[in-house]
Amino acid sequence: MAAQGLAGRAPRPASAMAQERRRAAAGGRLIEQWRRWAPVVVLIGLCLVIGAFNANFFSTGNLVRLLNSAAIPVVLCMGATFVILMGSIDLSVEGVVALAAVVASLLVANDVTAIAIGHLAIVPALAVGAALGFLNGWLHIRLKTPSFMTTLGMGFVGLGIATAILGGVTVRISDQSFRYLSLGRPLGVPMAVWVAALCVVVALVIQERTRFGRWVYAIGADEVTARQAGVPVERTRILAFVIAGVFAALGGVLAAAQFGQGHALIANGRLFTTIAAVIVGGTALSGGVGSVLNSVIGVFIVVVLANGMVLMGIPPYVQQGAQGLLIIAAVALALDRSKLAVVK
Amino acid sequence: MSDAVLEVEHVSKAFPGVKALDDVSFRVNRGEVIGLIGENGAGKSTLLKILNGVYQPDAGAVKVDGRPVRLLSPRQAFDSGIAMVFQEQSVLSTLTVAENIFLGREQEFLRWGLIDKRRMNAAAAVELKKVHLDIGPATPCARLTFAERQMVEIAKALSLDSRIASDITILLDEPTSVLESREVELLFSIIRDLKARASIVFISHRLEEVLAICDRIYVMRDGKVVAEVPAAEATVHALHTHMVGRQLHHEYYREQRQSPPGDEVILRADGLGKAGAFRDVSFELRAGEVLGIAGVIGSGREELARVLAGHAAPDAGALTVHGRPVRLAGASDAVANGIGLVPAERKVEGLVAQFSVAENMTLSALGRFASRGVIRFAAERAEAARWVERLHVRTPSTAAMTGGLSGGNQQKVVLAKWRIAGVEVLILDHPTRGIDVGAKEDVYELVRDITADGLAVILLGDTLDEVIGLSSRILVMRDGAVTATFDAPAGGKPEQVRILEHMV
Repeated sequence: MAAQGLAGRAPRPASAMAQERRRAAAGGRLIEQWRRWAPVVVLIGLCLVIGAFNANFFSTGNLVRLLNSAAIPVVLCMGATFVILMGSIDLSVEGVVALAAVVASLLVANDVTAIAIGHLAIVPALAVGAALGFLNGWLHIRLKTPSFMTTLGMGFVGLGIATAILGGVTVRISDQSFRYLSLGRPLGVPMAVWVAALCVVVALVIQERTRFGRWVYAIGADEVTARQAGVPVERTRILAFVIAGVFAALGGVLAAAQFGQGHALIANGRLFTTIAAVIVGGTALSGGVGSVLNSVIGVFIVVVLANGMVLMGIPPYVQQGAQGLLIIAAVALALDRSKLAVVK
Repeated sequence: MSDAVLEVEHVSKAFPGVKALDDVSFRVNRGEVIGLIGENGAGKSTLLKILNGVYQPDAGAVKVDGRPVRLLSPRQAFDSGIAMVFQEQSVLSTLTVAENIFLGREQEFLRWGLIDKRRMNAAAAVELKKVHLDIGPATPCARLTFAERQMVEIAKALSLDSRIASDITILLDEPTSVLESREVELLFSIIRDLKARASIVFISHRLEEVLAICDRIYVMRDGKVVAEVPAAEATVHALHTHMVGRQLHHEYYREQRQSPPGDEVILRADGLGKAGAFRDVSFELRAGEVLGIAGVIGSGREELARVLAGHAAPDAGALTVHGRPVRLAGASDAVANGIGLVPAERKVEGLVAQFSVAENMTLSALGRFASRGVIRFAAERAEAARWVERLHVRTPSTAAMTGGLSGGNQQKVVLAKWRIAGVEVLILDHPTRGIDVGAKEDVYELVRDITADGLAVILLGDTLDEVIGLSSRILVMRDGAVTATFDAPAGGKPEQVRILEHMV
């Protein structure tokens, strides 16, 4: 069909429409901006408050410690964010972390097996994560079970296998070059932090520049529409769980390298931190809204809070409770409550 | 017929128990704007779904540019040059304009697996120009108005024209039902421009608009095409006649059944006000009366209705029910005081779509169908069946999901719910919005039934004509204040112009 130019004609009515939109949006834009930046504001506020109580908070030593304790959670969050952006959830984080840590620790120089393949151990460990992630996605799609239940179950499968392999013993890693993955300090910053930073870059490229990333947002916003537009919904969903599994497994490898050990308990508490950080960072559980960068901010909110309470000498049990409450508060701040008629 | 871009030949489609399409033939020529009209249930949506690849026909063929095509998915239909612009829009508000236009078709912008955003935005800008939309391709769709989103969908359809060999047909499903008149004009001017590059199928209930914009009109009834008329030779009256298959009643609004107001005042408002919405509204509502509220958007009448239904609290004034002062702190308070709202967005506010007809009907008065907290299903079913019969609800059974019923029938279920709950005042918020002529007449009949039973109605009508026709008294609002009150007895209706003077 002849593509003749309509462009030249004056689009007067359209610009009138645009004007109206701008007027309507002027008020909404501020709120929108606030919502966007709320997690950052919370993080800065938190830092200022803690810094005011304890000057040590801003010391170089403490900042490096903060970065280090954020490293593994950031890696775990990179995968979890994609799943949550899709409107699903991945509760298998701890199972994957545990299994990957055990697999890696058994394949490097250690006191249980005679195998020692060094850094190559990362490959089977990540493959295990990818496999568990694939099972998560595939079962969730094929059996049409909610991701909540599928991944919760798969998490226990992972923990179970990890515990069964070891039969109660703890693997001690003697491969120092493997431990360098977490403990090495190029430029004075722990290697784990560099790895985490690389993960953020990779996740950001996936999110912003690939079709997969675009489709994750589309599915999270409205799966029916995405399907109508020809988005391969099933494939995208499975891939998101695979990516989450790989990032979780990498987290497990880093944890093994950090502690120099392999056992199922290494995963304790990882699930709460991961989900909390993603949500506190401002990614909506309902899907479609958020970003891996939000999750990075979310991780720092959780980590800074924990660090601050240690610095202020708050008893550990109170710390846990305070963490829980502050996470609820952060979610209340960041969410657009006005549009919610029903809260489930 | 070499200039036919889209042909439907002898297509039939049956669902269990219904012959939805019966030997339908339909042709769209290059550059033509085709009107497709018919009552709900006439087969329009089935035909659209076949063209959009959602359903496959049992018999017959669909041809694009003279070649038969099999459309197995919306995507396949789109790639064959048939693009659907949905009534309930399919723009994703969390993505940008460009991302929406090329969703699922990012392939052409990939370089080493990564999307080249600059190139995609530039390509989107080209499409936006075709619909005269002066917004950046990187704008998030959440910031667009409803009309602008519609333009984005049209731009998405037009993006096909340099990318596929076939001609493009755009199916517009009730595109004007939620637009302001200025936006409708803009849409029409764009449709006229589009004739150069696409053919349009325009589906609407507003026959004046169909006549204004279309070249040729197909009328469907009971799954068949009953008429094909050039728009130049058609009139609204003739189209109505084709649609309903009989002459329209002279007494369209059932004026002969309008009952004179009773003596008893049910609801009384004194100086009711809400900051920023309306002020100093007073009226009396009597049994058997229909009080119409006329006003443009922004006149405060929508807010007034919400306050009366307990959805919002007033800042000033008093409400009395049967002489008792009441404070409505929520919708349940309003129901307890005998006031029920039938909202404009039935699916959102009026009904639980996943509930059965019976469950919806008894929702507000469940206590009456339960003993010690246990629901008595037999009693519930019996009551529901009684109302299904009384209101002529077209449903397979009282156990059928309400979400599967047509708009008019859902409306009746909402009404039955309030009747069962024993309300005395019904607030009808645009009760005929988005439903066709025949179903509208059913609603008018229902309004007369309601008042004949001694209930009172507050009506926010879809058109001024409707408000005048149905109401016994009319409250006119402008900028939050009541500017006039008219009596509108049967046979003595005020003229539209007199009311308009006080509205704008």
